[in-house]
Amino acid sequence: MMSGHSIQRRISTRESNSVTLLLIGVALAYLVLFLGLPLFAVFYEAFSKGWALYWASLQEPDAWSAIKLTLIVAAIAVPANLVFGIAAAWAIAKFEFKGKSLLITLIDLPFAVSPVVSGLVYVLLFGAQGWFGPWLQAHDIKLIFAVPGIVLTTVFVTFPFVARELIPLMQAQGKEEEEAAVSLGASGWQAFWRVTLPNIKWGLLYGVILCNARAMGEFGAVSVVSGHIRGMTNTMPLHVEILYNEYNFVAAFAVASLLALLALVTLLVKSLVEWQAKRSGEPLQHGA
Amino acid sequence: MSITIENLSKQFGDHKALDDINLEVNSGELLALLGPSGCGKTTLLRIIGGMEVANSGRLLFHGEDVEQRDARERNVGFVFQHYALFRHMTVFENVAFGIRVKPRKQRPSEAEIKRRVHELLNLVQLDWLHDRYPAQLSGGQRQRIALARALAVEPKILLLDEPFGALDARVRKELRRWLRRLHDELHITSVFVTHDQEEALEVADRVVVMNKGRIEQAGTPDEVYAAPSTPFVYQFIGNVNLFHSRDHAPWSEQHGDAVAYVRPHDIDIGATPQDGNALPVEVKLVRAIGSVVRVEVAVDASSEFIEIELSRERFDAAPLASGDKVFIRPRQFRVFESGEQHELSAA
Amino acid sequence: MSQFRAHSVLPGFNLALGFTLLYLSLIVLIPLSALFVKTAALGWGGFWEVATGDRVLASLRVTFLTSFVAAVLNAFFGLVVAWVLVRYSFPGKRIVDALVDLPFALPTAVAGIVLATLYAPNGWIGHHFAAHDIKVAYTPLGIVVALTFIGLPFVVRTVQPVLADVEAEVEEAAASLGAGRWDVFRRVIFPAIYPALLTGFALAFARAIGEYGSVIFIAGNMPYISEIAPLLIVAKLEQYDYAGATAIAVLMLLISFALLLAINGLQWWSGRRRAR
Repeated sequence: MMSGHSIQRRISTRESNSVTLLLIGVALAYLVLFLGLPLFAVFYEAFSKGWALYWASLQEPDAWSAIKLTLIVAAIAVPANLVFGIAAAWAIAKFEFKGKSLLITLIDLPFAVSPVVSGLVYVLLFGAQGWFGPWLQAHDIKLIFAVPGIVLTTVFVTFPFVARELIPLMQAQGKEEEEAAVSLGASGWQAFWRVTLPNIKWGLLYGVILCNARAMGEFGAVSVVSGHIRGMTNTMPLHVEILYNEYNFVAAFAVASLLALLALVTLLVKSLVEWQAKRSGEPLQHGA
Repeated sequence: MSITIENLSKQFGDHKALDDINLEVNSGELLALLGPSGCGKTTLLRIIGGMEVANSGRLLFHGEDVEQRDARERNVGFVFQHYALFRHMTVFENVAFGIRVKPRKQRPSEAEIKRRVHELLNLVQLDWLHDRYPAQLSGGQRQRIALARALAVEPKILLLDEPFGALDARVRKELRRWLRRLHDELHITSVFVTHDQEEALEVADRVVVMNKGRIEQAGTPDEVYAAPSTPFVYQFIGNVNLFHSRDHAPWSEQHGDAVAYVRPHDIDIGATPQDGNALPVEVKLVRAIGSVVRVEVAVDASSEFIEIELSRERFDAAPLASGDKVFIRPRQFRVFESGEQHELSAA
Repeated sequence: MSQFRAHSVLPGFNLALGFTLLYLSLIVLIPLSALFVKTAALGWGGFWEVATGDRVLASLRVTFLTSFVAAVLNAFFGLVVAWVLVRYSFPGKRIVDALVDLPFALPTAVAGIVLATLYAPNGWIGHHFAAHDIKVAYTPLGIVVALTFIGLPFVVRTVQPVLADVEAEVEEAAASLGAGRWDVFRRVIFPAIYPALLTGFALAFARAIGEYGSVIFIAGNMPYISEIAPLLIVAKLEQYDYAGATAIAVLMLLISFALLLAINGLQWWSGRRRAR
């Protein structure tokens, strides 16, 4: 009996307990060191001088205007990229045409560009020495070092999020359901609203959440075009930088804690969406 | 409503999917498009339904050219191969979809929609599933819901793409009979695509055999089985033995390079030569399958096997065993050579 | 029907594609092309002069070296994390799994200030190193820390699904043929996940090269020593040296594109291997 047992063990496809524990230990230690500890430290530093100071830092007018600007920027960039993502996915997933894979690659392009470079290209276009700079100056329009520039660069860096989530999802779902809808007399809009949209709602939400997190958190690109004017062109991440560089650590981490909270909410909703999508039998198809 | 197809051609890149198709589907008829995969049958169905557009040729419904009409304006019910049920809608909502998307003026009241959907669900005997989602249904149930959904818009023409392709054998047989009955009840002009000859022969009023984008033969199930007009139809429908004229006696003098096609049940076996056309063979295998006995014989001169089917009665009257030396004679056969056809009947 | 696209009964193609191309051109293509036009104005000689300047070369060296080290770290530990998440179950695993994506969700500036605080000589982690006379923050080592954080999810998320796809039967077959656990990993499992691992590595590497926000707080930003290329672009911009900034940007963009191309190739390759 004993020898039979040991053969069984040797053939089984599991590591020994000690190896298992070691691997789990290494993985968790790595994650705690690089993810858990920093996350905890953000909140610890924010509250290190007590609640009162935390609240006071957040109620400062400059902090408030940074929060407002961040919300405004996201409120423009996310819907814009949402509409684009749906249009692009509809064209790419439901139709056959030449140059499709090139188009998909081009849509991913902003992910390959350094945030700083993303900001730079808009400076080159609309800055004082840029292509349209003189014309804009003549008409007294300010894009760079102003809110429109921040919105534009944010749209650029969050450009692919919704599209790259929807394209593989809609490709996997095929177009038979829409064809069935049309053969039953539905118009294109009816087919889209009643058949396509309900089928992609989880993927859509997923893309929007990620797009929003990046839109609110973008730093490098926005920093290049913002001009860092306190109370005017500072988003929350830029405000964090200013406070930190002024050695106002509590205030810096107080604003940072709001952004960290945003990240946690994003992760939570993202997990819920993934779980819901799986449950409803339409798993998300991430492009890597 | 009748369908007329004239000189229809369709090209995908370099591939000729349909090559000069001419076909008439009579009003109220149940027609099968039969052929191997890639023969163009599904393309033809999708062109009739408006899902594809032909490169050339005409398509008429009841004498009226419909080429400029969108799929949604053709009043055609389409049942998709994988059903294409709306996965986020209940069975009820799936069937109601076609009624709900009608322009407001033509849309019936909610009570009327309810009544019609339940009537349709009763017709397909699945009213009890009305609040389920497609994922909760079996394949056969999905198929019937897809049909009910297509019928909800009161189509003049019903098109079905491999309606039973994805089902297991037993359910398939049941649904076949059911579709036939339903058609006899409703009398909608119907066209269905299949690669299964048994399905086509059993269900359809008329069978159109297709191959490589062309129609090989159109006729009643009996016609295409008993009198195939091309070698392809002979081989695609039913079993057949091939006798090459250069190898086998009776045809070698009459014809140059030709092949005779003989059905397994059109061959007589005898202990002595029946006449000058008889071939001496050796029995290799005897196998009783239900009511028929299948005998495999080998011609002495060649290594080819010939398959013969005997009724059990006939076999019992003169039993055979492997190793027996016997003579065979085709009762009925057909010879094809270089495109020309000669029908010969052995005396 | 035009030859450009196959027929479809679904409407909206022209509208959807037209809008897609217009939006893509306005937001992405035209702005990016401005970069190349500006560089062209500089001329080949001017471009070469900027690109091979001492400070530029030094910043590129720092950027690539730290990015590479960070990506290697992530490849190794990311593989361990993916393995643990796919193969083992332990309490809180779902939370850990969700937390892996934190670097995607946490704004880089927040990551930057908190890592700088933690690894500063008086920080929670930094003072342990300081005790051994090792400075992490404000040195290239600090850059590696930030880039490791930023790139952490990539390897985990590319390896995870592939590892989950490795059939238990294949492992059982190898084991029944007498292979030990390590042999099974080395000869059966690793070859299956190798392309995904490489893809994850390349993604983490590419992301690290362009990273800015999380690095500048911890790097110290000393020219020639801990100054990354994106920071140099910003520095040139602040001195109104648009041509110089653009030249470095183009250089980085070309490298990014080459990496993107390599990643696409890798994904195509691994996709083919998985399909088989």
